[in-house]
Amino acid sequence: MELQFYHILIPFLPLAGFIINILLGKEVTRFNAHWPAVLSVAGSWVCSLFTLRDVMAGKIIDADLYTWIVSGTFKVSVGFLIDPLTAVMLIVVTTCATLIHIYAVGYMRGDSGYYRFFAYLNLFTFCMLMLIMGNNFLLMYFGWEGVGLCSYFLIGYYFNKKSAADAGKKAFIVNRFGDFGFGIGVFIVFLTFGTLHYADVFSNVSSIAGKTVSFLGWNVDLPTLIALLLFCGAVGKSAQLPLHVWLPDAMEGPTPVSALIHAATMVTAGVFMVARCSPIFNLSEVAMNTVAIVGAATSLFAATIAVTQNDIKRIIAYSTCSHLGLMFLACGVGAYAAGIFHLYTHAFFKALLFLAAGSVIHAVHTNNIQEMGGLKKYMPITYAVFIIAALSAAGVPGFSGFFSKDEIIWSAYAAHTPVGKLVWLMGTAVAFLTPFYTFRLIFLTFHGENRGVHKAEEAHGHNPHGSSHSAHGGGHNSHGHDSSHGSHGGRHIHESPKIMTIPLMILAVGAVAAGWVGIPPILGGGAHFAEFLKPVVGHPEFHGTHAEEWAVMGLSTTIALCGIALAAFMYLRKSDLPEKISKQFSLIYKVLYHKYYIDELYNYTIVKPTYWIADKVLVAITDAKIIEGIVNGVPGAIGRFSQKLRKVQTGLAQHYGIFMAAGAFFIIALALLLR
Amino acid sequence: MIQQLFFIYFAFAITGLSLLVVTRKNPVHSVLWMLLLFFHIASLYLFLNAEFMAAIQVIVYAGGILVLFLFVVLLMNIREELRIGKYIGAGPTGFTFAAALLVVVFMSLRSFVAAPPGIYSIDLIKKETHTMVLGKLMYTEFLYPFEITSLILLVAIIGAIVLAKRRLKT
Amino acid sequence: MVPLSWYMLLSIIVFAIGVFGFLARRNVIIMFMSIELMLNAVNINLIALSHYLQDMRGQILAFFVIAVAAAEAAIGLAIIIALFRNKATAHVDEIKEMQG
Repeated sequence: MELQFYHILIPFLPLAGFIINILLGKEVTRFNAHWPAVLSVAGSWVCSLFTLRDVMAGKIIDADLYTWIVSGTFKVSVGFLIDPLTAVMLIVVTTCATLIHIYAVGYMRGDSGYYRFFAYLNLFTFCMLMLIMGNNFLLMYFGWEGVGLCSYFLIGYYFNKKSAADAGKKAFIVNRFGDFGFGIGVFIVFLTFGTLHYADVFSNVSSIAGKTVSFLGWNVDLPTLIALLLFCGAVGKSAQLPLHVWLPDAMEGPTPVSALIHAATMVTAGVFMVARCSPIFNLSEVAMNTVAIVGAATSLFAATIAVTQNDIKRIIAYSTCSHLGLMFLACGVGAYAAGIFHLYTHAFFKALLFLAAGSVIHAVHTNNIQEMGGLKKYMPITYAVFIIAALSAAGVPGFSGFFSKDEIIWSAYAAHTPVGKLVWLMGTAVAFLTPFYTFRLIFLTFHGENRGVHKAEEAHGHNPHGSSHSAHGGGHNSHGHDSSHGSHGGRHIHESPKIMTIPLMILAVGAVAAGWVGIPPILGGGAHFAEFLKPVVGHPEFHGTHAEEWAVMGLSTTIALCGIALAAFMYLRKSDLPEKISKQFSLIYKVLYHKYYIDELYNYTIVKPTYWIADKVLVAITDAKIIEGIVNGVPGAIGRFSQKLRKVQTGLAQHYGIFMAAGAFFIIALALLLR
Repeated sequence: MIQQLFFIYFAFAITGLSLLVVTRKNPVHSVLWMLLLFFHIASLYLFLNAEFMAAIQVIVYAGGILVLFLFVVLLMNIREELRIGKYIGAGPTGFTFAAALLVVVFMSLRSFVAAPPGIYSIDLIKKETHTMVLGKLMYTEFLYPFEITSLILLVAIIGAIVLAKRRLKT
Repeated sequence: MVPLSWYMLLSIIVFAIGVFGFLARRNVIIMFMSIELMLNAVNINLIALSHYLQDMRGQILAFFVIAVAAAEAAIGLAIIIALFRNKATAHVDEIKEMQG
């Protein structure tokens, strides 16, 4: 099938929206900036639906739009590959983007950077769509860096606030570590295959199996090397250990950004990339095990941190980390379809969680859940959708999160390898922690007494909720919303406007029902999702009986319910219990509360030495002596020389004419002599 | 023989008139000598079977451009002009290089090699008339340059107006 | 028959006289006329070559040279008028704002 116009429109509509807003935003569109933004994204959503229809009809499109770079044998085109994997991602990205754009109309209303916000959001959507639609590695790299850039813009959206600007820089720099590996991986792909086009690479992929190359002096297995370098990029972008540190700080951005970029789409790019490159990963057992273990470790690690945090958005951010880990876990055991399935359901319920949290923040003007409580009666809609999202995230049967999570855990168990069993155990532990911290969040936020009203009132005048008792430097009242809403905020906690609640309700439907396309056969479903993706990512071999599958599912469901019950017990029935426990196990509590001191570790091992080198070596010697010497010396010499030379410039036209004539004379004379 | 004699007359006349143009102290005299020079050049074109070129040489140069020169010359202070020296300080240097240029270009003349003759023989031009031949080429093969020339003239007209008009007091 | 080289020689001489006038004269109008002289020298050459090589392109080029010369004269004289108005002089050696 040829490339249709609506396929091309998918990424370029948001680009058009971006161009309109960035060029005209300040003068023309201003507070109507949401019209081009929302309409363009909605347009690409409609186009995505058409595309999904094409793909469902069994069509796979791999077509070039135009040739981008030609240099010798190196040829890269701007072209689109539209297959089931792309189609799923398109639906996820455009649906979430559309709903979040609409939500942002309400959330960002009155903000001075309104048009800028929508412009960047559109640019982000464009880059994300290019990332998932590209048919070669370079185009993916383009989108990959593009979304990173937009993430930087949007995390630092409130650039007046130092913590936000720092968080943006942190995200950018931490991602650089991963992208460095990713970039080298792409180079090696080109060196090995002589092309970057997916179809050409993956059709020849078997030729590299078992080959070794010399890399930094070691002989390494070529597929392992490529896969691990590519995975490096995924670790950075998807906030896995040890590069996860940027994601919680990224919550400094406005909440719609957190929902779109740091939950539903950009951070899942890593999972998408691993699934897209599955032919390469499949060749290397080491790489697969690394992916699985990193994923499982991150999942468990982030889930434990989330239990102790108090910032509503950071809890959800760690939860995102944890879920991304689960997706990698699935990819690592070969169940790419399960990973992408979880990506798909996660996008809905996590975006919903974030947007609902944004709705809460919008109402109470604090991020600290210790200052909330009892919001149930003020914000019934938000409460309802929050509960739905939490049930879905917790994996309660019937909700979409259940099906995807269960499939991952079952895939891990059924892989029947030692690593598979290990990550299954870790995944099951996460299945306990996830409902616990999610419902802890709900109970502290919506139930019980309101602990924050007087504070909110007090907050009205000065900068509120510094969240002084949270350890990370700089309070994270990360939505900078208060100033614009100060007039009606604080005193009356109120439900958010319709423009915000309607997207929430639509997402809630997604959070419940999105998973129903992938109900496993054992529950009477058809596992349509895995079948749909099978042509792209294949299907792992499961070794398990139905009884085992029931047992695994039963176990994870039971402990998920236990998690909810425990949260209810600790935070509803015996609300003094958490404090007692934290006193009792103060060491563990402290470690968790300080997020395993990873930030501090990086601060002392990387940031401080870098500063020291920059200060003592680069500034003191290189900069002051060498560069300044050159920079000041050369112009000085030129200046002295030109003082002499300027005498030649008499300003008389005829003198210049004489020079011209002399020049012509000498050139002709030279030509005559050399004849 | 008679042709050579005619050419020699015109060549000497043109050279002499050119020298007069650049050496007269009074610009009005220069302009008038130049008028005569242009008529001689136009006559030379007639020898070369280029009637149309001779005609526009007279019409455009003698009729148009020189009149413009005369107008501008009349704006000048001729008395002041007659009082002051003709040449700038670097005049001798200019003369040297002009002469040097003459010598080297003259020397390079020896290496001139004529291209094979084209299709526009004298007989053809005589049969079709010169203007017809030129016009046909101008409106077919050289249509775009011709149109661009018209644009250049338009720009020149506007530019001349903009440059020369008095600034309106605002 | 007059040899082609005679025409070329004439052209060179007129051109050199033009160069001399441009480089040595003080009056800006004479300088300008020298430029016209140079253009005419080129035209003589072009038309002579066109005649001897039996190729009309030379004359077409000469035609364009005349057209551009007309445009140039219009602009140049307008500049000279502006110069008179601002500097009240026609002498190039009195104009040296660009001196280094």
